[in-house]
Amino acid sequence: MKVYWLSAQEIKQKILSQELKVEEVVQIVLERIREVEEKVNAFVTVCEKEAFQKAKEVDKKIVEGRKVGLLAGIPVAVKDNISTRNIRTTCSSKILENYVPPFNATVVEKILAEDAVIIGKTNMDEFAMGTTTETSFFGPTKNPWDLTRVPGGSSGGSAAALAAGEAFLALGSDTGGSIRCPASFCGVVGLKPTYGLVSRYGLIAYANTFEQIGPMARTTADCALLLTVIAGWDWRDSTSIETPPKNYVEGLAGSLKKLKVGIPREMVAEGVDEKVVKAVFDYVSRLEEFEVEWEEFSLPTLNYALPAYYLIAMSEASSNLARFDGIRYGYRFSSDGNLDWNDVFSKSRKEGFGAEVKRRIILGTYALSAGYYGKFFLKSLKTITLIKKDFEEAFKRFDVLVGPTMPVLPFKLGEKINDPLALYLCDIDTVPANLVGIPAITFPCSFYDGLPIGVQIMGAPFKEDLILKVAYMSEKILQFSRFNPNL
Amino acid sequence: MEKREKHISRSQVEHLAWLARLELTEEEKELYTAQLNEILEYFNRLSEINTENVPPTYHVIGKVNVFREDEIQPSLQVEEALKNAPKKRNSFFEAPKIL
Repeated sequence: MKVYWLSAQEIKQKILSQELKVEEVVQIVLERIREVEEKVNAFVTVCEKEAFQKAKEVDKKIVEGRKVGLLAGIPVAVKDNISTRNIRTTCSSKILENYVPPFNATVVEKILAEDAVIIGKTNMDEFAMGTTTETSFFGPTKNPWDLTRVPGGSSGGSAAALAAGEAFLALGSDTGGSIRCPASFCGVVGLKPTYGLVSRYGLIAYANTFEQIGPMARTTADCALLLTVIAGWDWRDSTSIETPPKNYVEGLAGSLKKLKVGIPREMVAEGVDEKVVKAVFDYVSRLEEFEVEWEEFSLPTLNYALPAYYLIAMSEASSNLARFDGIRYGYRFSSDGNLDWNDVFSKSRKEGFGAEVKRRIILGTYALSAGYYGKFFLKSLKTITLIKKDFEEAFKRFDVLVGPTMPVLPFKLGEKINDPLALYLCDIDTVPANLVGIPAITFPCSFYDGLPIGVQIMGAPFKEDLILKVAYMSEKILQFSRFNPNL
Repeated sequence: MEKREKHISRSQVEHLAWLARLELTEEEKELYTAQLNEILEYFNRLSEINTENVPPTYHVIGKVNVFREDEIQPSLQVEEALKNAPKKRNSFFEAPKIL
């Protein structure tokens, strides 16, 4: 097997046993990137210089017998909305094309402190607004399983980089499914943490009350390893929660006997591709060998999750993106004319933002404006209260909830991009976890015609360890990490 | 009223774009008016759910106010803060005229 298909844990073992130098691992990954990147376009920026520098540093530590971190020498891909000091961070937008952050996001500090190697910054939907990675200013990312199809979004670059063997671990961000959707479409593992478990400091905001940075990997254990490193309270994010440190890798293996699994009927209802529904039920019946008990039940308020999510997300986007004024950083409209503040502001944004970002800013401005605030924004916040109550009831009956990650199989590039509502509807099964702040993980449960199908496990707040355990035990029977695309 | 302007009119879209300081082309105004009406038609299903006497949720995990000591921390140096400015003069951001 090629070295770039090894798991992060395996590559770490080879580094620690000095079978491979970190520098050699970086060389192998960069060669792989050169080999496939023209087809996949997973990266906005490849950090060759910085990667070699860090590699030498970690190699030196190992040779000298000094203590190394949990991610010793592992090449990690970082989504391009997560700030990296002295490495440009674009959000895949023209408006930030040349923006170089003067500071690191907390998660970046944490992975570097554990001796990870940042191999590159990954492509995404502009400002994380999208389901396909087609709205990137730097061109779409392609799905490594079928280059004519979308990789999902918005963390499409991170998922595709993993699926194509261009990284061992990746960071994504998930506002309404942006980790889980591309993980599902690209056949990898992705976890959205409980709101507040991971610091958002340095994550360029889209809808800050929903989003979390989370781990992505080709195996569940690797995903748990990265979560162990990035989780934890941070004084710089006032919404982060004080939780005792936890090692998510320990306790992955174990019995699932008597685990109670609920399948919300609304998540497998009309409109969901029958191939996806079949894959989910086939998967759940295979869990019976672990003596898991499952049943379908109804979560009726789920039908209101999508409009509530989009109205709040767009409202927050219109406010968060007001900072892009062309004055302190980012693209600025230039002319010899004597334009005033408002003209420069409006024209910089006209030229700097893409179509989907503009659409969401206008809709968000509308939902927040006088006369519509109560009807849309406040109504949505109240709807969350009702949905949250339904979930709390559900978690009294069930340990975990299971459903499809995406209601459809990966579709063709260009197929839905001109129909925004059709794209929003693809998020129907992922947004509930963001609305109520609970953790959710996706992993491939089946393949159809060579395309991966993801299944989603949701847990009560801070039950990351439980959903990871379900994923880990499932991986033992499904063995999905053995399958890689031919590129 | 035309169906395509049932929820939001073209002139409203123009006004919202002005509020958001976001210049739109004529084509964009046409396209967004049509698309936003279609999207709002779907979003209107929220009116079906009864939220009378239901309080709004602001922080899902239930955090309210967060305080810390007001201590001086290291912050960005002027040169670093200005590094990304499209236009600067001495140690200032250069902005277009306001009045």
